[in-house]
This record gives sequence, structure tokens and C-alpha cells, in this order.
Amino acid sequence: MSLLDVRDLNVWIDTRRGRPLHVVRGLGFSLEPGQRFGLVGESGCGKTTALLAMLGLLPPSASVSGQVLLDGRDIFASGEETVQPARWMDIAIVFQGAMNALNPVKTVGWQIAEPMVRHGFARRQAAWRRAEHLLSLVGIPGAAARRYPHEFSGGMRQRAAIAMALACEPRVLLADEPTTALDVMVQAQILELLVRLTGELGLALVLVTHDLPVVAQVCDQAAVMYAGELVEKGPVDALYHDPRHPYTRLLFAATPDLYQRESVRSIPGAPPRLDRDITGCPFRPRCDQALDRCATEAPVLLEIGQARAAACLAAEHDRSQTAAS
Amino acid sequence: MSLAEQAVTEAATGTPLLAVRDLKTHYRVRRSAAGQDAGGRKRLLRAVDGVSFDVRKGEMLALVGESGCGKTTVVQSVLRLTEPTSGSVLFDGIDLRQLPARRMRPLRQRLQVIEQDPYESLDPRFRVRQIVEEPLLVHGLGGSRRERREVILQALERAGLSPAEQYLERHPHELSGGQRQRVAIATSLVLGPELLLADEPVSMLDVSVRAGILSLLDTLRREGDLAIVMITHDLSTAAHFADRIAVMYLGRIVEEGPARDVVENPRHPYTRALVSAVPKRDPRDTTRAEILSGETPNPVSVPSGCRFHPRCPIAVAQCRDIDPELRPPAEPAAPDHRVACILS
Repeated sequence: MSLLDVRDLNVWIDTRRGRPLHVVRGLGFSLEPGQRFGLVGESGCGKTTALLAMLGLLPPSASVSGQVLLDGRDIFASGEETVQPARWMDIAIVFQGAMNALNPVKTVGWQIAEPMVRHGFARRQAAWRRAEHLLSLVGIPGAAARRYPHEFSGGMRQRAAIAMALACEPRVLLADEPTTALDVMVQAQILELLVRLTGELGLALVLVTHDLPVVAQVCDQAAVMYAGELVEKGPVDALYHDPRHPYTRLLFAATPDLYQRESVRSIPGAPPRLDRDITGCPFRPRCDQALDRCATEAPVLLEIGQARAAACLAAEHDRSQTAAS
Repeated sequence: MSLAEQAVTEAATGTPLLAVRDLKTHYRVRRSAAGQDAGGRKRLLRAVDGVSFDVRKGEMLALVGESGCGKTTVVQSVLRLTEPTSGSVLFDGIDLRQLPARRMRPLRQRLQVIEQDPYESLDPRFRVRQIVEEPLLVHGLGGSRRERREVILQALERAGLSPAEQYLERHPHELSGGQRQRVAIATSLVLGPELLLADEPVSMLDVSVRAGILSLLDTLRREGDLAIVMITHDLSTAAHFADRIAVMYLGRIVEEGPARDVVENPRHPYTRALVSAVPKRDPRDTTRAEILSGETPNPVSVPSGCRFHPRCPIAVAQCRDIDPELRPPAEPAAPDHRVACILS
């Protein structure tokens, strides 16, 4: 039994006109303590929506199906009643842009202590002491708890947002683009912090980002999303050195690397519109390996070897040929 | 011979299209903006504090640095969108700083900007045709309506929007991010500029389309002989697309040289740290980031001597007193590789 097991997660968003948009389509992955999992994709692929859905944080215009199992128990079993106790206590989140969402008129320390008091995790004084401890854990002197957000630099505010998520000793930390607005040196500091925390606290990390090199350097496992679906998942090493889905390969090829000299190429075209029917493979119009079948047959995510899966008919085709020969 | 005179002679011999010499842009700021450590009532914020560089035709220079290092102010000062405090900006031998505003305007056709965010830089109420036409109208160029249409179509095609007719009547919201940025580039190209100043031209775009925009800039300079100054915080992008990289720290260029050389053989301790902190695409490449402590100081209180010394891993006592010049390193390097560090 895994620590966290997300099964067949689907999200539909109601629009005022027309039918609901199916923005997350059958997402599934599992996570062990201390593991670092990357969820990668471009804007609009559904990665943030999936993250919010896992915590029951989507607005009423969204409908969600699927299971989020924590130690084998479905936290959605009785709706908000079972999600609420898990939220922040077991699964916490560092929102995108969290460092700019701190309350300017409250001290940083109190903002870290508040969820502990709210969730009955600790009483006021103990919560404050723990807030100071958490700040030092993320590399800020505990005495800074009495300061206000404007007295912190961007990097310090992002550390504080992480400390806040750690307040109630969660076992799973979801982080949405935690370093996107930060400079490279501060990014390196925050990434090092996340890696250290998973090691020291046995925390499982889900890192959502569009930045492949960040995932390559931080995560052990990763999944690539396209148009709401997982197109490939596996160990990051395999995704880079032996990608099975053309999108994974092309996305790496579109990312410049400091030392590699081969030219970077963009992927022609754009992701499909989700308000129209998608027939066949959603990536087919942009794919450089599409077969005739891809226009009509939708690929499913199939296991390939150890802890790997890809949703690509061309990859399946290759494999059956190799098996036959 | 003063620096400015020297630059005039260089420009006259036909080398750089843009020669910036000892450019300084300082602002007087209120105490609150200066941060806690500011003493008096008004303090000087040294956004750009003595920057010199050249850009030749057909060359792309990347200005690289962290936020607040002054790279955007350099571009704004070159264009006089903000008035520099001192120094000279020679464009084709003309010192832009000495020009009256009335003579600056026609020159602006020759120096164009590409803004960072194509979601904000394009007027949502305009059609693509109107957006690209506007600079022509502002500068009173392009002749008749029909002639203008031809010029607009050419600019769109050059920016990679082909067939251009298809895009003329569209509104920005009907375009993807990459297409919007191409429209923004067409808006610059329509005036036939010789120098493009691109401020983070791809940072708002999706990874899969960034390379397309960067390759477009690359083609423009190689085939169109444009000079390009690209501001970026991304060293990997700079290494792939620029000829030269200038690394800025706290209002100064601390290292400058051929792009590959700067990245593969950095001489300044700040560049070395930056290079090491860039995440690599290959998970097996696990060289650890050489993480600098703290963050860039406030440009109101620039440290004495070498401005990098408080964070420098190799600083010696002298670094507190000597403000190093940008000069060729002691150990032989590629020609034109310069570094501002007394220890390299």
C-alpha cells in the first residue's frame, strides 16, 4: 500500500456556454514516503487543476471523480467531511505564487502558527514556538517570526510559505511551481531545501512545474501531462534518456541546456481545444511519429517495464515489432 | 583620450553599431524605497553604475543577471526611456544622450524594442493589421494605404506568420502566446530597425514555443544583419542563441565574452556560481550548485571595493578596497573575454 495513491482522477469545469470542459482525464499515480514526484506540462495541461482537485479545493463549478487514497483510505469517501481533516494535516500545499499571498498585516510567525491553531494541532503558544522552529528548519532565523512579509525578500517569503505548509506535520507536500518567479540562485536554494526536507522528514513531494530541468534535478519519478492526460510516467532518468512518448522527447528537445550544443527545436502547433471532441490521440497534430491509426484510435496509458507507462500507439507498435523479431 | 572619444573613433572605423561607455543611471529614492539600512532622507539608487559594451551588426549580445541587477535599466537608458545620469550611448556614431528629443524620434525607427509579455504589449481591441500599422502611422511612414498593407504583410511574414493574410484581421485573443510574440516582433520589424532590444522575449511563453521565437531572432540577425541585445535571466538560453554574454551584478558587468566561453569557462566567481546553479536537463548530471549565501544587496547600499565581495566565496582582504575593472583575465582566455575580478 502506497502512502498516496491517486486513481482515475477526472475534473470537469462547467462553463456558462456549452458542455463542461474535461480538463483532467483519468490521472493516476502513487507515491511512497520520501519520494519526489514531478508533474510536468505546459500551461493549460491541467496540472494545477489536478493538484487542487486532490485537496478538494476547486470551486463549485468543477466536478471531480476518482479516488485519492491516503494509506489506502479514500479521502473523498464522504466528501468535504473526510477531505477537511486530511487537508493541511496530511496533505499540504505550497500554492503557485504563495510568496506573494502572505497577509501583509500579520506577522510571518502568526501566519505559520494559524493553521496549527485552526486545525487543533497545537495551542497558541506551542504553535508560535513551532513556527519559530519551522522557520529555522527552512533556513530563516526563528526570531524573524515577529517580522512582517514586506521585511522578507522573495526567497525568504517562499521559504516561509513552505514552513507554513509544514506546520501540521503533513506527510505529503504538494508544490505548485515553487521556484518559477525566483532567480536562479534563490531557486537553487529552495530546491535544495525541498530535497533536504523530503530526506529529513520522510515527506513525499509532488512538484508541479513546466520546467523540465528542475524536475530532472529534484525528482526521482515524474509524469508528463498533455491536454489533461498523463502521456508518460516513469523514473526521470528513463524519461530523459529513453523517452517513449514523442511529446516527452520533443519537450526535452525544446528545452535549452547549458552544456549541450545541439539546437533546441520548438514543437509546431498548439495543444487541442478542450471544448471540442478529441478523436484519436490528442498529440497527433503535433507529433513527428504519428501513424494512420493515431487519427482514430485513442491511446491508453500502458505499463512498459518497471514503473513505466506511456500512452502512445507508435510506442506500442515499436514494442510489438521488437517482441516479434 | 576619454572613453567617449575612444568610442567615437571606434564607431568611425565602422565596428560597433551600438557602443555604450561608462553608462550610469542613478535614481534619487525616498528612504522607504531604500530599505531599512538607508540613513539619510534621500538616497541614491545606482541601478546602472558604469556599464560599457559594444554590439555589432549581425551580432546578438545577451545581458544576463538576476532581477534587480540593472539589465532592464540598461536597455531603457539606451533608448532614453529613462534618462541616464552619465556616460555615452553611441548608435552608429551618434551620441544618443546628447540628442534633443526632436532628433531622437526619427532615430527610434532604427532601434526597436521587443517587450516581455505579448499578453500585455498588444492592444486587445486592435486587429493584427492595426497593431502592426501603428508604428508606421506614428512615424508617418509607409505611403498609401495599399503600400502600408504590403509593408505590414512583409513584416508579418518575416516574423514567421505565414500566410500573413490569414492573420491581418485577427484580434490578439485569437492568437496563441507564440503568435502574439511574433506579432509584437512584426511591429518592431515594420520600421526596418537595425538594432533590436529584446527584454526577456520568451519568459512568458510555453517551453514548446520558446525555441521558435528564439530561432526567429537568430535568423533575423544572421540573414537580416540586425544587431540584437537580448535581456534574459536564463543562462541556457543565452548560451544557445547569443554570440556574446555579459553577466551583470548590481549595476555592473562583471564578466563579458563569447557565449560558450563564458558558460564553459567562467572566470568571475559570480558567473561560476550562476552557471552551477542552472538546473541541467540530464538527471545524471548531478554537479551540485555552488550556492551563494544571501541575496543581491540593495543597489542603494552598494558594498565598497568589489561589489560582489560580501557574497564571494574566494574574496581576499583587498577585495574590500579595490573596485576591479573589466579587463582580460590573467590566465589566457578567448580574445574579448573580460572579467572584473582581481583574482582572475
